[in-house]
Amino acid sequence: MSEIFGVPIQVLFGQLLIGLINGAFYAMLSLGLAVIFGLLNIINFTHGAQYMMGAFAAYFLLNKLGLNYWWALVIAPLAVGASGMVAERLMLSRLYKLDHLYGLLLTFGLALVIQGIFRNEFGSAGLPYAMPGQLSGARNLGFMFLPNYRGWVIVASLLVCFGTWFVIERTKLGAYLRAATENPAMVQSFGINVPRMVTLTYGFGVGLAGFAGVMAAPIYQVNPLMGADTIIVVFAVVVIGGMGSIMGAILTGFGLGVIEGLTKVFYPEASNTVIFVIMAIVLMIRPQGLFGSR
Amino acid sequence: MTFKRKLVSAAILALAAGAANAQISGNEVKIGVLNDQSGTYADLAGPGSTLAAKMAVEDSKAILKGMKVEVISADHQNKPDVGSAIARKWYDSEGVDVIVDVPTSSVALAVNQITKEKGKAFLVSGAASSDLTGKACSPNTIHWTYDTWELANGTGSAIVKTGGKSWFFLTADYAFGHALERDTSAVVVKEGGKVVGAVRHPFPTSDFSSFLLQAQASKAQIIGLANAGADTTNAIKQAAEFGIVKGGQNIAGMLVFLTDVHALGLATAQGLIFTTSWYWDMNDPSRAWAKRFAAANGGKYPTMIQAGVYSSVLHYLKAVTAIKSDDGTKVIAEMKKLPTDDPLFGKGMVRADGRKVHNGYLVEVKKPSESKSPYDYYKIRTTIPADQAFRPMSEGGCSLVK
Repeated sequence: MSEIFGVPIQVLFGQLLIGLINGAFYAMLSLGLAVIFGLLNIINFTHGAQYMMGAFAAYFLLNKLGLNYWWALVIAPLAVGASGMVAERLMLSRLYKLDHLYGLLLTFGLALVIQGIFRNEFGSAGLPYAMPGQLSGARNLGFMFLPNYRGWVIVASLLVCFGTWFVIERTKLGAYLRAATENPAMVQSFGINVPRMVTLTYGFGVGLAGFAGVMAAPIYQVNPLMGADTIIVVFAVVVIGGMGSIMGAILTGFGLGVIEGLTKVFYPEASNTVIFVIMAIVLMIRPQGLFGSR
Repeated sequence: MTFKRKLVSAAILALAAGAANAQISGNEVKIGVLNDQSGTYADLAGPGSTLAAKMAVEDSKAILKGMKVEVISADHQNKPDVGSAIARKWYDSEGVDVIVDVPTSSVALAVNQITKEKGKAFLVSGAASSDLTGKACSPNTIHWTYDTWELANGTGSAIVKTGGKSWFFLTADYAFGHALERDTSAVVVKEGGKVVGAVRHPFPTSDFSSFLLQAQASKAQIIGLANAGADTTNAIKQAAEFGIVKGGQNIAGMLVFLTDVHALGLATAQGLIFTTSWYWDMNDPSRAWAKRFAAANGGKYPTMIQAGVYSSVLHYLKAVTAIKSDDGTKVIAEMKKLPTDDPLFGKGMVRADGRKVHNGYLVEVKKPSESKSPYDYYKIRTTIPADQAFRPMSEGGCSLVK
């Protein structure tokens, strides 16, 4: 068997694939953040908590209402998105005229409150969520054993990510959204309800987090802290990709997943710091991020 | 007044104040429960340990005869620097006499050192590293509930004897994981097995897929998990996903708590074999205590760590009332002299190196069909007698042992 730096090439392929799977989560989460930042100019620190809420919603749908994973995939993002819209209307919408810092403080505080409530109710050890029957099992790819569910994660997240990119960059609705960020007063004067559009956009970004939460539930424990652990990395991904760049968020998400995966083979101890090292380097060389224009 | 006279009068004042409280400092015994109150280890210790300490104080009323005892708690966030800062503040300015629990070995080792400097008392229930009674042993510390040597010997030797000869470790990358890997490797090699590799993962980690692939590629028969809490449950859950057990490899959770089994669910956890120092459903006094505990803890049953906190605080208060002093070094010496006896761990003793000894139990997680009531999770396979459960004093390298 041929080797690269003492690692068999087959093992390396396996790790690349694993990296892509983790990257899929980074991409979905950072995409939501990028959409929200791009259109609302809000740095949404509640994103991790909303991701966690998606996973909990899936848990409750299954255990209290008997609705399976596929229903959860539709209902949980809608429910989490709706909760986000309520928060946007009641609280965030009052902060648009102020400095970014206020939005950041509010969303950070909200995240702490939400996580605290869930931790109080459900403890920190987490709750089990079974893998949907159709996707359990695994197939042998020759170089690795790929669980069917993980394969599904890559496919679903690619669809969602590029669907979102397409809507924002290539459709009329997307054009309105982009125009509204540039000059809300002008767009409003054409008879478009900008505040409602902003609310729906926030709801959509938050819904993406909820969707990622449902995707994560069968893999990880449904745990009140699952978002807090992930969100920091995701913010680093957004910073590397460039704040507000949709394609940047997607590509950096997948790319960094792969880099992190490879670090786990060559130097596992550094695997949770490598992304921050890259962030520091990018900030020094290209402060606006790899794909950012501002 | 000249400076000198001021100094003298201050000294006299200090002496007088000291004489008034010669025995119990501040006229009350203050117990500080220091652990992870909000993170990965909050369910297996956390607020439940604070509750256990308070229950111990309540149950000691008869011997306290009106002596004031206060229980306070703080969150060390599993960080040695945070834990050290709290310990210093507690000892220096808040009159804390004894710190209990302290899961996360890296934090416990730091608090162990500070307690020794300050001449206070430290009762470890949550931390696992056997170094606490080995090269880091201290006249001010007692290691109560369990340790890495106990886990390694209980679980490790049972598995090697039933044919699990080659091992690969997934190790949490900090003091605890390293100690557990070291102690388990020693047992595996002693029993005639071999260790084919190990990977150290950051603490905490949520995605184990990459590490599991490496374990799979190692072709080891046994994948030993030298980690705890959510790290263990995530690793076990994801191992099932990658077909590790179906592929003929087995998982050995070296440290598994009741709360972990609860989080995994019996469908995933069934058949796991591991070592524990205490289980709530072993005898009537333990059951009665566990029900009382659960009623005050939102229905969550106690782990061995929480039981250990209760048991260690009971014994501590016995020693304090016996010598009528809360001087750390003296109380710990008295605790070693007095034989231990409590409803949960039964009769036992504290050795010169600070190791509390009692039975260990090799348990197996029940099948879902075998579980009859909430938290009815373990079958006890073997009882490891107290004199074999822990590392012989002569092998630990503790300087207190002559």
